[in-house]
Formats: sequence, structure tokens, C-alpha cells
Amino acid sequence: MAREAKKFSRPALVTHSDALPLDSALLLSMHGHMLRARCLEERLIAMYKQGHGYFWIGGPGEEAFNVPLGLLIKKGQGPAFDFLHFHYRQSATLLAMGEPTIGALRQMKNTATDPYSGGRNFAGHFSKREWNVAPVTSPIEVQYAMAPGTALAQKRLGGDAITIVTGGDAGTAEGDFASCLVWSSRPGQELPVLIVVTNNRWGISTPYGQVQGVQKISDRAVAFGIRAKTIDGNDPISSYLELKEAFEYVRTERKPYLVEANVSRLYGHSSASGANMTTAEADCLAQFEALLQRHGLLTAAKAKAMREEITEQLLAEARLVRDEPQPDPSTIFDHIYA
Amino acid sequence: MANMAQAIRMALHYAEENLGVTDIFGEDVGPPLGGVFTCTQGLKTTWNSPLDERGIIGMAMGLAMAGQRPVAEIQFCDYIYNTIDLLKLAGNTCWSSNGQWNLPLVVMTPVGSGIRGSLYHSHSFDATATHIPGWKIVMPSTPLDAYGLMLAACEEKNPVMFLKPKALLRIKGEELIPGEPGDDKQLSKAIDAPLGDRSAWKAQWPAVGKHVVRIGEAKTVRAGEHLTVVSYGRTLPLCAKAAATLAGEGISAEVIDLRTLWPYDWAAISASIKKTGKVLFVNEDTEVTNFGEHLLRRATEELFYELLAPPKLLAGKFLPGIGLADALEMASVPQQGDIETAMRALAAQAP
Ligand SMILES: Cc1ncc(C[n+]2csc(CCOP(=O)(O)OP(=O)(O)O)c2C)c(N)n1
Repeated sequence: MAREAKKFSRPALVTHSDALPLDSALLLSMHGHMLRARCLEERLIAMYKQGHGYFWIGGPGEEAFNVPLGLLIKKGQGPAFDFLHFHYRQSATLLAMGEPTIGALRQMKNTATDPYSGGRNFAGHFSKREWNVAPVTSPIEVQYAMAPGTALAQKRLGGDAITIVTGGDAGTAEGDFASCLVWSSRPGQELPVLIVVTNNRWGISTPYGQVQGVQKISDRAVAFGIRAKTIDGNDPISSYLELKEAFEYVRTERKPYLVEANVSRLYGHSSASGANMTTAEADCLAQFEALLQRHGLLTAAKAKAMREEITEQLLAEARLVRDEPQPDPSTIFDHIYA
Repeated sequence: MANMAQAIRMALHYAEENLGVTDIFGEDVGPPLGGVFTCTQGLKTTWNSPLDERGIIGMAMGLAMAGQRPVAEIQFCDYIYNTIDLLKLAGNTCWSSNGQWNLPLVVMTPVGSGIRGSLYHSHSFDATATHIPGWKIVMPSTPLDAYGLMLAACEEKNPVMFLKPKALLRIKGEELIPGEPGDDKQLSKAIDAPLGDRSAWKAQWPAVGKHVVRIGEAKTVRAGEHLTVVSYGRTLPLCAKAAATLAGEGISAEVIDLRTLWPYDWAAISASIKKTGKVLFVNEDTEVTNFGEHLLRRATEELFYELLAPPKLLAGKFLPGIGLADALEMASVPQQGDIETAMRALAAQAP
């Protein structure tokens, strides 16, 4: 694609067999977040299977992309900070931003203590106003219609805060995706939106190629003059570097950028399709651990020990959450209005 | 006196200057047109949006999330239907986040018949709007109430749906808005955009003052003894006229302008029904799962032993649309004659 040719302050990529292009502290921190996110999703699935929740949906398989995304976000409340319109596979991003794991368990168990919805909404439906995390909602793609609104407020304010919107590939068939492209690229009024599509090539059971003729979703941006790129979302290093470039562009140019990240879906669509591990798709965590081992940054024993420790901690949190009360039925009318 | 379109415009001007309204936008809302019904001419924060209703509602939600105070217009409510799941979302954002988020936004849209608008410029939206929890829904029938309700809407922390009865937008009021010049010509010269080139035109706003009609308060526009008529929007003045006509026949009707559909003023309705023992609800949306049916149910369930006759609903016929020909429109939605007939019949009923 012609538009990809022009690079924006892109750090030189060094091949992985050589020295890694990110410093080892960052690499290990990314690995830690990815591992914790994976363990969290596995704990949520286990809770669902044990009857400690009604439904599971989440992001195992997207960690290599979602963690760097979280690390690059400028978090805080109000238009001076990044605004986040996420879909339901974003746990790794939240963890990378510093969110504790226990809230997700509480939401899975729909306890009164669920910090995102008070036991009202499904797993993975985060909401955190302190960090501008807009409520994740089930209707596919609606967040793309809202993103230009927060971005307009940010553009008006000045500064470098941006809006980030994420969603899947199948959802791009909805009109709201087109709305986002139209509204963020009005001539002379372009908006600082990082438009993300995580492409796992599935919409529940429907393969992408069966229903959409666009070769690359990033091509959709071309007609709008929006800079865009398709990247390997299974590689946390290239995800970090590509996202860094995209963030820099949106922050400084105050214009939209579309990133399409090819990712895996490792436990199927949701609990409705069984939530069982598939080996048919690339596992970004296993790949990254192998890479770190090849470079002497991690040992198999260390990785195993880390996993055990996180799993143990999540188990303890799950036990705690198990005994927490459900929301009181008298609260159903609370918060209809502010 | 100002007509309702001018009143809305002055209210939005007041809200831009005093209530922090940041964006008044929608299709053809900005210059040069200032809205297909002229409700947004001359305002300083107006802008033209892409022709995309879902995008308009989404933009309003995003702006509200980020601390702005938007007033979005859907050009005709006939075109609001593809936004319903975004309207639902705006209505559930506070609730679904357990009170974390609130969306101070206003959506205004012209509704109803009365301009021979055929299928797609005659729709009502009150029945559908009242099916969407989390919104406050208002519908004025006079310019002064339009002014006061718009100020209230622009002060709200929650989403407000402001339904503009298009048949009444050009009707002049009988009460002055605070600060409105008494001379209509002078007002028009000051705030109506001229024909032709408007590029250099600026509105000369009168120093309009604060007048808030609180959301949730009905108004008794005529006191009476024999029956209660509850209506809003286009049919309200028809009910008032019908009551005046029937007064000559010895029938004393109390007429209530609901003004807010949600949360509605049940105290006012029930007090009146207790007094008269008879009630007629009038609106022009299609009659099946009509908002008036909810009011009927409540009147029946809660006031059964106070009633002297079955409560009645007069509403639009359950049709796929309103036909263009005058005879078709007249036959489809309540007209003054229909209201008089229904009132007479109800008044004549004896237990
Ligand atoms: C508007 C809407 N239609 C249908 C659904 C049911 N549904 C939930 S997820 C999904 C598939 C979404 O696929 P994609 O956008 O690729 O995201 P992914 O789940 O693969 O990450 C569907 C059809 C929905 N939630 N919302």
C-alpha cells in the first residue's frame, strides 16, 4: 500500500535473531503483563466452567497486541488524557495499564463489588471513568460511533491526548465503522483517533473471507486519506513499535490512524462456543517466551515459576470473590439517572 | 410573540452563553441554513454534520463523555430509527456502569403530523422514546414552554430527548419569553436569518433571561369539573380549543399539558382524575403500545374506584404511515373534531 511507504519516526527494526530492538526491562515487563492476562482469562474460564459465572468472553490470544497498547496509553480522567472505547477482549490492555486482576473476577462472579458494573454486566465489560475507559458494551461496533466525540473534545482542548477505539474484524461490516472513518476525517477537522481493528478472522463462527471482500481492513482507510497499516498482532515487539509510531502520529498530527492487527483467538469466541483451547492458531505468549529464552532473557523454569505464582494468586482471589455478596435486588433502580 | 422555532433558538442562545452548551449540530444545523425549521439560525456553536444519524448520536455521546455539553439534532424523527440502539446505550450508560458515567446531552427532533409530510415527515416518536429507559423526554406545546424546557434540558446531567411538534413550530406564543421584545417584526429582524446571502449576517440577540420549566412538571391549561383531558405537543392546543367549544355546551373539561413524558407528572394527572372521575388521553402516535396506553393502565389500576367511566385513549390509527392527501392525514391522526367527539361521549357516560 502506497500510504505505508512514508514512515513516521520509525525506529529501525532489527531482526529477532540479532539483538532485540527493545530493552530487556520493557520486554520482560511486556511478558509479565501478557502472562498475567493469559492466566486471568484462564481463571475466568475456569470460574465459568465451575459455575461461578454465567458467561465468559475475553482476550486470550490478543495479549501480544493488547499489552503494548496498554503501555502506550496516557491514562487519567478527562479530555487531557487518552479516551478508550474498547471491545470485550481488552483485559490485557487494562492489566498493562495497571488494573488489578480481582475486578475482572468480581465481574465474572457478578458480585456487588464488581468495580465495572456492580454485577450488572458480562465478563470483560470494563468501565473505569478514572482512566477514561468508556463502558464496554455488547452491541458490536457502537464504540466506533462514539470515538469521534471524545476525540473532538480532545482536539478542541489542545495537548496530545487521543482517543483509541478497538473492535474485531467482523464488526467492521457495521455502519458504525464507516461512521468512524467519515467523522474522523472531515477535511480540515480531522480527529485524533487511533482506530484499531483486531483481526482474528472470525465473527463467532463465520470466517472473514466468506462475508467480506476487502483484502485488508486497513485498505478501508485509504479512501478517507487516513494513514493505515496491517501489522502482526501476535508479535509483541513489532506491535509495540508499530503502535508507538501510530500513537506518535495521532498525538502530534491530531489526525486519525488505522491499525489492523492480525491476532489469534485461542479459546473460541466465548463460553457459548465452549471456551476450549485451540492449538490451530499461533499462541503469542508461547512464541514470545521461546524468543526470550533464545535471547537468554528468560528460562523455562522461570516462566513456569511465574505462571504458578500468578495462578496461585488468582486462585486466592477467586476464593475471596466466591464469598462476596451478590448485588441486593433493591438496587435495580439505582443509577438510572445521575 | 416568538414562535416556537424562535423560542428554541433563543433558548439555545441562552444555553450557549450561560449553561455551557458547546456544540449544536446535526444535518444542516449550522450556517447557512440553521436547521430545516430554522431552530438553530445565528447560534455560535452550530455546525453541519455528515448525513449520518448514528454518527450524530455517537458524536453527542462521545462529547458528553469528555465533558462537553452537546445538543444534537436529528432532522426529522422519521430518521431517528436507525439510532435506537445508540439511544438505548445513552440511556443505559449510567446504569450499566453502576453510576460511574453520566451523559449530559440533548437530542432534539421534530415530530408529528401537520405539514402534509406524508410517510416520512409525519412520524411521532413519543411511543418509542418512552420505551427507552434512562432518558428524560419532553415535548412542549407553547413557545414559552419550549424555551423553559430547553433550558432545563441543557442543565440536565442525563440524556434528554426534546421532541419538537413540527405543526407548532411556526405558531406564535401568547406569553413573552423574559427579555423578548414585544414587537414581532423587531424580533424577526434581530434573529431570523435574511433570505439570500447570509455570509455576513449575525443575529442580534435580545437579552433573554432565565426561565426554566422543570422536567417532570405538567401544566393545567384549563380547569374543569366533568372530565380530564391529558395531552402534549400538537394535540394539546386542539384539546384546549375543544374544551372551550364544549364549555358552551355545559361540559367543563380540565386540560393538562403533560410537557414531560418521562418522568411524567402523575401527581397532577391523578389529582385531576380524582376530581373529575373521567379521563381522556390524547396523542397522535400509533395507538398500539402507545404511551397513552401506559397512562390508561395506571389510571385503571390505581384509580379504579375513583372512576365514573372507562378511561379513554384517542391516538393515531395503527397504520404503516400517514398518507399525503389531506383526507388521509385527517383520517389518520386525531383532529379537533375527533377530540370534541371523544370528549362529548366521555362526558355523557354515566355510571
Ligand atoms: C450488533 C450486534 N450484532 C450481533 C452481535 C452478536 N455477536 C457478538 S460477538 C459477534 C462477532 C463479533 O466478531 P468480531 O467483530 O470479529 O469480533 P471478535 O469477537 O471476533 O473479536 C457477534 C455477531 C452483537 N453482539 N452485536
